[in-house]
Amino acid sequence: MKTVFDRPEALSDVPLHYCPGCTHGIVHRLVAETIDELGVLDSTVGIAPVGCSVFAYNYFNCDMIEAAHGRAPAVATGVKRTHPDAVVFTYQGDGDLAAIGTAETVHAATRGENITVIFINNCIYGMTGGQMAPTTLPGQVTTTSPYGRARKIQGSPIRVCEMLSTLDGVALAARVSVDSPKNVMNAKKMIKKAFQNQLDGKGFSIVEVLSTCPTNWGLSPKDALQWLRDNMMPYYPLGTYKDTEAVKDGE
Amino acid sequence: MAKKVLMKGNEAIAEAAISAGCLHFFGYPITPQTEISEYMAKRMPKVGGLCLQAESEVAAINMLMGAVSTGARAMTSSSSPGIALKSEGISYIAGCDLPCLIVNVQRGGPGLGGIQPSQADYYQATRGVGHGDLRLIVLAPSSVQEMASLTAEAFDLADQYRMPAMLLADGALGQMMEPVDFSAFEKRELPEKTWVTNGMKNHGGKKNIVNSLYIDPNVLENSVRERFERYALLEENEVKYEEYLTDDADIVIVAYGITARIAKSAIIELRKNGIKAGLLRPITLWPFPKKILGKLADKAKAFVSVEMSMGQMVDDVRLAVNGKKPVYFYGRTGGIIPSVEEVAAEITKISEAL
Repeated sequence: MKTVFDRPEALSDVPLHYCPGCTHGIVHRLVAETIDELGVLDSTVGIAPVGCSVFAYNYFNCDMIEAAHGRAPAVATGVKRTHPDAVVFTYQGDGDLAAIGTAETVHAATRGENITVIFINNCIYGMTGGQMAPTTLPGQVTTTSPYGRARKIQGSPIRVCEMLSTLDGVALAARVSVDSPKNVMNAKKMIKKAFQNQLDGKGFSIVEVLSTCPTNWGLSPKDALQWLRDNMMPYYPLGTYKDTEAVKDGE
Repeated sequence: MAKKVLMKGNEAIAEAAISAGCLHFFGYPITPQTEISEYMAKRMPKVGGLCLQAESEVAAINMLMGAVSTGARAMTSSSSPGIALKSEGISYIAGCDLPCLIVNVQRGGPGLGGIQPSQADYYQATRGVGHGDLRLIVLAPSSVQEMASLTAEAFDLADQYRMPAMLLADGALGQMMEPVDFSAFEKRELPEKTWVTNGMKNHGGKKNIVNSLYIDPNVLENSVRERFERYALLEENEVKYEEYLTDDADIVIVAYGITARIAKSAIIELRKNGIKAGLLRPITLWPFPKKILGKLADKAKAFVSVEMSMGQMVDDVRLAVNGKKPVYFYGRTGGIIPSVEEVAAEITKISEAL
């Protein structure tokens, strides 16, 4: 019998702890498929800091490091600089990458660290139970913005890909979504490119994945996907904000 | 033939680290330790190593964590406020059982404090560096030679016991110049690093995880207990100290680092005046030389902890002496180095009261 669907080798045979309808599982699979397809499982080191993906060390079948909140890009720097041949990726949430770890993110990017960053943006702190994130949308209600995020009080959300695209060290900054089969396929393409860039020594590659958090948004998985399309996509437009290869091709 | 080189303490640390096989340095500028970074920046590219200036102390300690996770010998250095920033990372490194070297060239505090020599980070190093149940190996050099030899020893101890080590120096030792011999370091037989995360193909194809998270409290407690068994071995086997004229001493001064040298000079002066003083110089601040202090408490009449702080190590001296004899304290703080005369005067006063 022909196998038409199987678990990627890079993904462990354990149940994921993610909530029903959360898109972490899809993104994990896309990363794992990429590692399989590039044949780099035995040279890959993954780094997952604090957040919903804190247990990612149990899910990926490669060497894994669990880093402090926000510090994954610094830890990744240490790994990559001692082992330039290793394939190093971080898997970070929005609070981690764009609040407590902003300095580590920006400076790893501007140094052009030759690493791959998978950035899950779901507009909320999921693990701690639905607090305001740096990416929480204007007006969005969270447990720490119970009256809605107000520009005058909590300020405006941060658009990470747009910000990082201004830095010379960045090879790829792309925002994708996994809300539809078409978008999942495109997300896979960009994630693969982000890993391939590292193999080619191009520098810092980040893929921001718009993601759902049905539990903390208080929505069904289906409604959560629609909420993402209606609210997140207008504020965080999908697209490639920087691609050094594309620039070269265009010349 | 052993060749001696005249060097600054900070530079001796850097050179010793390189000769001990440390080829990765992650730092951030802060006085009075910046010469370590500068020396590394100059030397590392010439020996095929890396000196990377991080965006912050926080990033530097986490880069170090990543580097040592792969099994590399690596270090960072800073001074007091910078070590406070590194505390989070140090706790993670301890929780992940990773070996590394952290250098603290102490300056006055609290807050921004000052840039002159201090020993006010004794509590920080031996008690409070990072959250949770953890210890650091803390080595306290008192000469430029020891800045070098204890740097090499710290790497070996860290590797042997799989834990972070700290070299606790001060601004005076960092800045002063003395001859150093780099050929005299002892090397230990070290266990193979089977736990590294540098890609499975580099360690037998089996996945390794570097982690300090144990959501089940029973598992967490077991991991902490296992770590404390290693700490117990250190306390048993690795205590280092120097005794100077303690055999017949009525008063034993306890002092480490630069202060111990001042104490030695004071002891020579005191003995000229018939006051039998001696010195116990802890070289490991953790594990603290409590057994020898307990023994000395059986024959000496009093102890005096002399520090460049308001009295921190004195707590450990009291615990070790355990009420057998009185324990006094003398210290200057804020970047002031006590003079030989004032230490001698203080001991004379105590001796008269005995």
